Amino acid sequence: MKVLGLLAVIAVATVMPFVLGDYRTFQLTLVMVYAIALLGLNILTGFNGQFSLGHGAFYAIGSYTAAILMAHYNVPYWATLPAAALVCLAAGFLFGLPALRLEGLFLALATLSLAVAMPSILKYRGIGDLTGGVQGLVLFKPEAPFGLPLNQDQWLYFFTLAVTIVMFVLAWNLLRGRVGRAIVAIRDQPIAARAMGINTALYKSLTFGVSALYAGVAGALGAIAIQFVAPDSFQIGLSFAFLIGAVIGGIYSIAGAIFGAFFVLFVPHLSEGISRAAPQAIFGTFLIVFMFVMPVGIAGFLRLASAWARRRIHGNSPVRGGAT
Amino acid sequence: MTSRQKWLNGLAAAVAMALALGPAQAQKKYGPGASDTEIKIGNVNPYSGPASAYGSIGKGIDAYFKMVNDQGGINGRKVTFITLDDAYSPPRTVEQVRRLVEQEQVLLVFQSLGTPGNTAIQKYMQARKVPQLFVATGATKWNDPKGNPWTMGWQPNYQSEARAYAAYVLKNHPNAKIGVLYQNDDYGKDYLKGFKDGLGGKASMIVSEVTYEVTDPTVDSQIVTLKGSGADVFFNITTPKFAAQAIRKSHEIGWKPVHLLNNVSSSIDNVLKPAGLEASKGIISSLYLKEAGDPQWHGDADYKEWLAWMKKYNPSASPSDAFYVYAYAVSATMHQVLKQAGNELTRENIMRQAANLKNVKVPMLLPGITINTSPSDFAPIEAVQPARFDGTRYVPFGGVLGQ
Amino acid sequence: MSVEAFFLQVLSGLATGGIYASLALAVVMIYKATHQVNFAQGEMAMFSTYIAWQLIQWGIPYWGAFLLTIAVSFVGGVVIERTVIRPFEAREAVLAVVTVFIGLFLILNSMAGWTWEYTLKSFPSPFPKQAYLGGYLSGHQLGLFGVVLATLALVYVFFRFTPLGLAMRAAAESPESSRLVGIRVSWMLALGWGLAAALGAVAGMMVAPLVFLEPNMMGFVLIYAFAGALLGGIDNPWGAVIGGFAMGVLENIMGVYVVGTELKLTIALVIIVGVLVVRPSGIFGRRVVTRV
Repeated sequence: MKVLGLLAVIAVATVMPFVLGDYRTFQLTLVMVYAIALLGLNILTGFNGQFSLGHGAFYAIGSYTAAILMAHYNVPYWATLPAAALVCLAAGFLFGLPALRLEGLFLALATLSLAVAMPSILKYRGIGDLTGGVQGLVLFKPEAPFGLPLNQDQWLYFFTLAVTIVMFVLAWNLLRGRVGRAIVAIRDQPIAARAMGINTALYKSLTFGVSALYAGVAGALGAIAIQFVAPDSFQIGLSFAFLIGAVIGGIYSIAGAIFGAFFVLFVPHLSEGISRAAPQAIFGTFLIVFMFVMPVGIAGFLRLASAWARRRIHGNSPVRGGAT
Repeated sequence: MTSRQKWLNGLAAAVAMALALGPAQAQKKYGPGASDTEIKIGNVNPYSGPASAYGSIGKGIDAYFKMVNDQGGINGRKVTFITLDDAYSPPRTVEQVRRLVEQEQVLLVFQSLGTPGNTAIQKYMQARKVPQLFVATGATKWNDPKGNPWTMGWQPNYQSEARAYAAYVLKNHPNAKIGVLYQNDDYGKDYLKGFKDGLGGKASMIVSEVTYEVTDPTVDSQIVTLKGSGADVFFNITTPKFAAQAIRKSHEIGWKPVHLLNNVSSSIDNVLKPAGLEASKGIISSLYLKEAGDPQWHGDADYKEWLAWMKKYNPSASPSDAFYVYAYAVSATMHQVLKQAGNELTRENIMRQAANLKNVKVPMLLPGITINTSPSDFAPIEAVQPARFDGTRYVPFGGVLGQ
Repeated sequence: MSVEAFFLQVLSGLATGGIYASLALAVVMIYKATHQVNFAQGEMAMFSTYIAWQLIQWGIPYWGAFLLTIAVSFVGGVVIERTVIRPFEAREAVLAVVTVFIGLFLILNSMAGWTWEYTLKSFPSPFPKQAYLGGYLSGHQLGLFGVVLATLALVYVFFRFTPLGLAMRAAAESPESSRLVGIRVSWMLALGWGLAAALGAVAGMMVAPLVFLEPNMMGFVLIYAFAGALLGGIDNPWGAVIGGFAMGVLENIMGVYVVGTELKLTIALVIIVGVLVVRPSGIFGRRVVTRV
């Protein structure tokens, strides 16, 4: 049943660029980019309980890795993704090591500082030749290969769609196996987990690394889609947006990343319509209201709703309907 | 052919010629966003995020075109001004500009703000052949008609202003030691480059170059460093908040250099008053617009017109917000271009008219400064008027430079 | 570099450090009372300062506005805690709490901008205008030092010697045990928020004359204040104040002599991560050991 639903979604997604114009295709490409980043955040914070207010920083590292390779070394765009993934895996793992000693709010603070400091690190004179400094780097959008009859926006959409599907499948696989259970165990009962022989330190650092890897891949795709990177593209607002998207989409689920990505991209347009003067205030209010009304996020809410619906349909018997 | 046929041929020919040579009124050509009743122009501005202060510009432009519409529009057409928030983040700028061009189908994009955002959309605008007009940044690179024929700046660019200061120093203080404070980004570096170019071989007169970040709480430490370097000329490349701090701190520690203040922070009400009018005495800046807080203009016709516009269309805004003067003047320039385009409202003609401004005077420009463009000159305003602050007003000296 | 130049940089760093120290006190107050760090502390302080500014614009004399603002901020802090923080305290939902902090941050920042615009505002100083030490320390900066020390003394005495202060500390550290001895834990938390908001208001009103009042005034100061508070010990008021001053001096000296002025925020980052990893209790804080 679920598989059919997924296939339907993918089928619809494949048709979209031909139904909608280039602008909407471009927006949907960005939605997928953010979804990958949010998935990384969900893995780290939702499933593993480690807080990150700094995923914008890893996204930035991924973007710049891709941009530097493309602009200075003429690396083809698709090859920058594995490079960005590796760089961010390393960066995330390295940051995850000292983060092992930090809990809850203090980890949040440390990651927040990372995100806040990132633009000034990117602007640093010392690496200015590589990063383009404040002016940033301008990139070229890839053309469809093999002479396929797709324009740039459409080709990039399909490329991103393929990458997104791969990343989501990988995450799903990871999380439902032994590793996934270990990760969740560390979140819920860290001491018991360690007592049972799980190497919590290793798992936690690796999870940080994997989560950063996701953000990095998203960053690389984002750089290609926007065709431009500059320190100003990665202000603290980006990390806030990621956290907001993850929480509202549903931080404990994979599907939540997709809902969250739609939220992050489209809601600012909505609040712009309501009030030019205070779009951030509207955003902040949404946040607080959601925490009260729907803390498990949209995905969690939908899951609960469908379980409730199933119970109504199949009757309230605890035996019938099975476990949710 | 009979004489009657000849006469008819002649008449037909005459009518054809009359139609061909007749007033342009008869020929209407429309690009996207233009019609008999409407001209749609688009804009992105930071209404949220760290640069929200500049959001006043977007509001000012909106108010200007409301006034124009109330007065009947341009050549009988109403202007629909669509402005979107980009939070000073280039990815959002790209998204919003694409929405303006592809969804809203605007005729042109006007006064997009900030160098990073404009850099991000520049290639797209050339590829789609959409005018990226009068961008709201003083970066020098927008004057590039060959490479980027669809992009044009408006305000005097930073490098030319800095060269004017360099010329002033070489002429009046040839043995000076110069200290520079600049914001560590494209704006600051652009000014510095112009300054050094202007000094040429004498760039070694700069004994101290200090930077600051917008995330620093104060620039007090930098001022202390500059005083300690022994500099007696100070080139102050800072944005309003830091300019006010720099002026006040210099005054407090008794450092009295020849103080050259960049135009971005020249506002009397926004910068000099908070810093202290006493402390600001003697400051030299280069201006191209009339200062709203400067009493010498208060009797002028265009100032009164501007003030009336402020009262009617921006009643809650502060009359000392220099952005509203800027918005008024740049909107008037856009107005001129649209008027010149007449009934041929295509993107190509818009660029042609924008590149065809000859000695155009818009309200609130200083006397002696006019707008000039040509197909090889995409810098509408190149002139600046040096002026010295005497505690109450900016006293111009030396005549307009660079006209 | 001459000794005199070095000394002047240290002095200038102390002046900036005063800014960090005053906000760090509010951070410590919240931490001691609730074991939470409030990311919206800076914005609350900024908003309080705007309230004070508005009162002064309406003709209320400085000290009247000062006291009224503190009172209003105290009430505001309590209200915020009761309405939006309280529902999440019990469940120890770190995620929810942080999300709410960020929501508050965004709301306060944009409401301030919407109400009072983004142009710079001067905020008056109650201290004499003259400058000392050849002009390197203004009358206000000295006054700021004085206020920080006075506030520090008040906070220290409150927590160490008053029964209420003791009750608050107990409520934060062992809520269960505290309830057993009759302490109204949730009201202690609300009180903590109110006091922190009041301290933040003082910080804002002391800082605004130096940096000029605008909605983004406290945004980055907060990071430096956190770094300073962590460095000195986030549960220790005088540790946090020393940490704040140290932060100012460190940032200046490193900026001028070591890494250049571009990386001051990075220095704060390194300090935050470094302290948290190596010695989370800070230099002067108490070490806490958790038994399994």
